[in-house]
Amino acid sequence: MDQYHWVPFWPRTAALNAVVVNNLYIAELGLCGLIIAMVVGMMMTFCVRYRQGSTVSRADRVKKTWHWEITWTTATLVAFLVLFCWGASIYIWLFKTPPGDIEIYVVAKQWMWKFQHPGGQREIDTLHVPVDKTIRLVMASQDVIHSFFVPAFRVKRDVVSGTYETIWFKATKTGTYQIECSQFCGVQHATMKGYVVVMTPADYAAWLTSHGIRESLALQGEALFRQYGCSGCHGANSTVHAPTLVGLYGSIVHLQNGGAVRADERYIHDKILMPNEQIPAGYPSNVMPSFAGQISEDNILKLVAYIQSIGSQEFSR
Amino acid sequence: MTTIAIDLPRNYATEENTIVSWLFTKDHKRIALLFFASITFFFFIGGFAATMIRLHLATPGGLLQPSVYNRMFTVHGVMMVWFFLIPSIPNTFGNFFLPMMIGAHDLAFPRVNLLSWYVFNLSGLVLLYALVMGGIDTGWTFYPPYSTQYASGYVFAAALAVFINGFSSIMTSLNFVVTTHRLRAPGMTWLRLPLFVWAMYSVSIVMLTATPVLAMDMFLLCVERFIGVGMFDPSRGGDPILWQHMFWFYSHPAVYIMILPAMGVVSELISCYARRPIFGYLGMVMALMAIAIISFFVWAHHMFVAGISIYSAVVFSLLSFFVAVPSAIKVFNWTVSLHKGSIVFDAPMLYALGFVLLFTIGGLTGLIVATLAVDVHVHDTYFVIAHFHYIMVGGTVSAFFGGLHYWWPKMTGRFYPESWARFAATLTFVGFNLTFFPQFILGYLGMPRRYYTYVPAWESWNLLSSAGASILAVAYALPLFYLGWSLLYGRRAGPNPWGATGLEWTTPSPPPTHNWELTPTVKLGPYSYNPEDGSYITQDGVKHAYV
Ligand code: HEC
Ligand SMILES: [Cu+2]
Ligand SMILES: [Cu+2]
Repeated sequence: MDQYHWVPFWPRTAALNAVVVNNLYIAELGLCGLIIAMVVGMMMTFCVRYRQGSTVSRADRVKKTWHWEITWTTATLVAFLVLFCWGASIYIWLFKTPPGDIEIYVVAKQWMWKFQHPGGQREIDTLHVPVDKTIRLVMASQDVIHSFFVPAFRVKRDVVSGTYETIWFKATKTGTYQIECSQFCGVQHATMKGYVVVMTPADYAAWLTSHGIRESLALQGEALFRQYGCSGCHGANSTVHAPTLVGLYGSIVHLQNGGAVRADERYIHDKILMPNEQIPAGYPSNVMPSFAGQISEDNILKLVAYIQSIGSQEFSR
Repeated sequence: MTTIAIDLPRNYATEENTIVSWLFTKDHKRIALLFFASITFFFFIGGFAATMIRLHLATPGGLLQPSVYNRMFTVHGVMMVWFFLIPSIPNTFGNFFLPMMIGAHDLAFPRVNLLSWYVFNLSGLVLLYALVMGGIDTGWTFYPPYSTQYASGYVFAAALAVFINGFSSIMTSLNFVVTTHRLRAPGMTWLRLPLFVWAMYSVSIVMLTATPVLAMDMFLLCVERFIGVGMFDPSRGGDPILWQHMFWFYSHPAVYIMILPAMGVVSELISCYARRPIFGYLGMVMALMAIAIISFFVWAHHMFVAGISIYSAVVFSLLSFFVAVPSAIKVFNWTVSLHKGSIVFDAPMLYALGFVLLFTIGGLTGLIVATLAVDVHVHDTYFVIAHFHYIMVGGTVSAFFGGLHYWWPKMTGRFYPESWARFAATLTFVGFNLTFFPQFILGYLGMPRRYYTYVPAWESWNLLSSAGASILAVAYALPLFYLGWSLLYGRRAGPNPWGATGLEWTTPSPPPTHNWELTPTVKLGPYSYNPEDGSYITQDGVKHAYV
């Protein structure tokens, strides 16, 4: 929990990304401070020196103004471009999600965070993770837009209804850190909170076992795959002209309309809900039914986990 | 001192002074005052909501029910944005002084101008209906799918109100553009226009082009609420992000709709009270136009964490840095305009200097939020709240009060009490910083916006902010009293009490119905002040000695 001894000025810094953002922020504060000091300094000096009634000479005022303006503009532009590049490079690094050491599925709904670990452990509003590991979150919303925000990690990502959003972090200090929802999502928006508990690897392993190795997500997904009749079309001995899903995850799918997409979580998710949006080349449209409204986001995540698991089998072969 | 017992000449306000004549007036000056009454009313409703918000947030426990709190911040946003800030300066001072500054006898379309006021009030009534019936809790941004499928309350009515309100904006801005093009007095070339006129012109172009997008947006929201075709509903193939694109395509330029007029006012004030020509007139004009144009290409910086493509985010960040460049030029030029001036610290100047400082802080923190990686942290936190209040309230509202005091003698023929006004201006500055500076710290600490409750660690800053807000409330209420008093008892003002150079000061105070008997001829550009002997030349070419 965020405990402070005195009035807090600065959030805790507990992730790889947080350190990087802090540095940039401090540099920006420095630059802002400098410019404000300059403006205030000039203003104060002029106001005192050239107040009405003071006897200093007002002759020879600067008439040609453009070279002042050009100098000032170039100076600010250069400073701005430096900040821009610095900020953009961190952002690209942060949002080009690397494959995580651990992938955790998150479902946001009014007003709670549900987490599902790969081993099948589930928790609500608390997320246990090991320190110094890249944790990748795949997030879906069951209703309105929420936003997953951990101030101590300086990461935030909207969880937009209808698609998957991914984000990663690498916690560097053990402890308990607040999760906030930063997008207004209804009456109890302010209480849609949670905690990330960052543990040592040993503690984490202990936590995993104490919370029972339930059926893994992928196994649960396999059951659903049969239950919803996906296997009837996509299974090995199906008669329907449907693509096999083995090896699909992570591959490039060529589409009927000529485009190509990577078969990531979002693609599979959209395929289940809006199958006719993107049709792989060589397959008929309007065969695969839409499952919108029939499968909850939790279950879609399990299906995705299953399809992902048979995808990686293929890769490892 | 002997009172100057001149009877006021017949003027726009006294001529045929009946209720009917006011309600059906086509005089731009009267319509300006009608708008003034309307927006003051809405300002105090929005201000009431703000007071409740700060009272509630003084402690984590709060005062209001969560649902009531959510309604309060929504009312505050909707009222302040569309019913105060956007019309504030254009529809009052713009309406009153744009024609006078260019030497016109009225706006190009006086009837449209009146219609704009009626449409504005109609939209206000629809919004009040929504409020009285139970209000809305979507925030002023109306993000779907919350607003379309989940929010209870009168979203339909509120969206309709904003939709109607847009027509008023469009009518007024169209009027301004045509007036500036067609009705300039002989000799009033484009580069002799006062910067306030340039500001009105550039803001009108932005309003005219951006507001239709808002109208489409609000219309679609109404359709969604009414029949639900699924424009923004992913389960039916719609896209909630589409709303955000359309909304910000209007609402980002809207930020500049709010600040450009303020920049115009402040340029007038600084030049007049520093008694020297504005530094870099041409640069100021180009900066205004540059801001107006670039403002259309930065909208997606509101969506850096909403899942837009990384590369588009990079482009929008870069463009957001670009829009800061002309703003930086303006700050620099205002400050240097004090150099070798002969500065008078009357209340309007205090507001103007306050504006420059607060706008600078607001603009610089704007760079911080435009920086991609930092925005990931501060987006949707109190940092952003503080940033845009520095611009909208510290900037625009300060300029509004500055302009109000500056033009008060012209509009009413009476002086305001100077020491009270200086006191109010100082109080505004102090109260404002106390209210909003702590919010930067809260924001970086991670307090998200629109929270009705928060962790105890954030209490001290919230309490300080609320304390500041009470000072600010007093500072904003004060003018209501002393300006009201001055209407009856204020000292009478002559045509040009501040020794200013604009054409509006060459007619009696208050001006006669058609501003001038004869159309004035313009001989030179604005701001011909000479700080060495205090003399100045009004734009009709008459040289005046120091007063
Ligand atoms: C009636 C038969 C049918 C059923 C039932 C069915 N699908 Fe499909 N599916 C298809 C067909 C045909 C295609 C290829 C054409 C298309 O994309 O619509 C397809 C395509 C896909 C693809 C894209 C494959 C690729 O190579 O790009 C995914 C992923 C998928 N289905 C998942 C599922 C899941 C998960 C279920 C169960 C919830 C399911 N399908 C149920 C017939 C079916
Ligand atoms: Cu939420
Ligand atoms: Cu929320």
